[in-house]
Amino acid sequence: MTTLDERLVGVRDGGRRALVPYLMAGARPDWTRLLQAAVAGGADVLEVGLPFSDPMMDGPVIQEAALAALAAGTTLDSVCAELGALDLGVPLVAMTYCNVVYHYGLERAAGRLRDAGVLGVILPDLALEELGEWAAVCDAGDLATVLMVAPSTPPARVARLTARSRGFVYAAARMAVTGTAEGLGDGAAVLERVRATSTMPAYVGIGIASPAQARAAAERADGVIVGSALVRRVLDGASPEEVESFVRDLRREIDAT
Amino acid sequence: MSVMGAPDGRGRFGEFGGRFVPEALVPACLELEAAFTEAWADPAFVGEFHETLRLFGGRPTPVTPLPRLSERLDLRVYAKREDLAHTGSHKINNVVGQTLLTRRMGKGRVIAETGAGQHGVATATAAARLGLDCTVFMGEVDTRRQELNVFRMELLGARVVPVTSGSRTLKDAVNEALREWVTCVADTHYCIGSVMGPHPFPWMVREFQRVIGEEARAQLEDLGVGVPDVVVACVGGGSNAAGVFAGFAETRARLVGVEAAGGSAIGHGAPGVLHGMRSMLLQDEFGQIEEAQSISAGLDYPGIGPEHAHLAAIGRAQYVGISDDEVLAGLTLLSETEGIIPALETAHAVAWIANAAGRELAPGTTVLLNLSGRGDKDVAQVRALMRGDG
Repeated sequence: MTTLDERLVGVRDGGRRALVPYLMAGARPDWTRLLQAAVAGGADVLEVGLPFSDPMMDGPVIQEAALAALAAGTTLDSVCAELGALDLGVPLVAMTYCNVVYHYGLERAAGRLRDAGVLGVILPDLALEELGEWAAVCDAGDLATVLMVAPSTPPARVARLTARSRGFVYAAARMAVTGTAEGLGDGAAVLERVRATSTMPAYVGIGIASPAQARAAAERADGVIVGSALVRRVLDGASPEEVESFVRDLRREIDAT
Repeated sequence: MSVMGAPDGRGRFGEFGGRFVPEALVPACLELEAAFTEAWADPAFVGEFHETLRLFGGRPTPVTPLPRLSERLDLRVYAKREDLAHTGSHKINNVVGQTLLTRRMGKGRVIAETGAGQHGVATATAAARLGLDCTVFMGEVDTRRQELNVFRMELLGARVVPVTSGSRTLKDAVNEALREWVTCVADTHYCIGSVMGPHPFPWMVREFQRVIGEEARAQLEDLGVGVPDVVVACVGGGSNAAGVFAGFAETRARLVGVEAAGGSAIGHGAPGVLHGMRSMLLQDEFGQIEEAQSISAGLDYPGIGPEHAHLAAIGRAQYVGISDDEVLAGLTLLSETEGIIPALETAHAVAWIANAAGRELAPGTTVLLNLSGRGDKDVAQVRALMRGDG
């Protein structure tokens, strides 16, 4: 069991539905201040994007944030240096793409991220069949490999994914890349399939944009991931106070379940 | 594994290939792998594929001796005339195969990416023939550079979506097609345009293009040439090269892939993961993908098909770069000596042959040039370049 597993089981055992805001590292010079604002607003876990030039699983908002971060010179090293200097008090999960960690070197990347306080990593383009080497490195280094279950995942495959996931299972609410949408999509059905195979915390994301959606998701899931709706605000120049306020709105609705 | 046989169970050619896609797309890739494996072993499907290429696609394309070019270069050069296939390039082979497979899988729609528009036009063509709905993703920059091809696709009943993300060129069109595929994978096939992407695409596209090499092998026998000393093809993603190489991989023929110097994934790239595959990629020191720069939009791709990366790694094929300046000389040379205006992509291969003649190609060497496409699409651009305002 990784540290992230222990921490997230602890959140659930404490009777709390986890709120996981996503922010892109380096999208603005004050991005670490925004992480702190999200924690102040009630985040239980932070998902931090490490920018990649060709983010296949991301919609226009997070693409824009990634390009802004890259234009500002953001790298895995620069992100780890800034994160390492923070004490946020909540677990950090990094999201990036295979090539960023492959190019850095798997062991080296895992070590660098873990040393910076990152407890888990999501690589959306690393399919289960290709996971082996990275998973071994992460298991050895106490870094959780968080896997995604999609609406298209057949039931037999759901069991293999949940067995291999660490920290939590990312239940994709719809067949789509990251973005904003209405409702909970296929989230309930995906959650049901995950629950049938695993007792691991199951978090819902993809298209969850509003406090009302977050509430609907939290009625069924152990946690809710909100990315594009928050990043849109960041790109539009929201102040840390405004970020905190939006996260607090999400928190309030989640806690009302 | 024989050279250019099937990849391993994970879709690997040596250390390259594989399937690096979001979980949402994995079931579709597995379904496609099963469907293609079954179809390719079914004589009825293979028969319909070849009959469609014959009655609709203009196959077999001839092998043409190039006597005046040969005399000029002191070589014996032959051209496999993919420029004479329907829509003007080898692209038709792949799209005929993939659209037949789409119908067999019970899907009614295809999506595709395109750079210059060749693959987009070919996909729209094959989709129209089978009555499939067709959407083509094309970088906004390319829709402006290749306005006529946009109109061609629309004439064929396709919808063209300008891609405004990233660099707004081919690599972003691939990203956008993959993102779209996530949303509609149940009823839509992604008709990828080259030997790239996640398994089974690199293998499947090479198999649909294999007809080039198999025909050429037999045609050279009929001409009394036998196995040529060298087989030369241009390489962007590498589908025409993979197709022609497949017919000669088990022979003694030397295989040469010619990349654009500004898009030379083998020459200047490093191993990495992009668009669902592990291959050689142009990238910076942080693993961010760099944009290719080439006179020819068809070679403007920062990666290369994984099987080419493997053929390079094991030394079975050699990959060389040709600069934009040399390309125009190659295009002029073939036009003036043989009455064939090649595509700018193909002109890279012509230019390499001309450069190598008398150096690494000894007098009398027999060379098969895969003449992958005709140059009509490039004439306006070439005129501008020659007048110095390109």
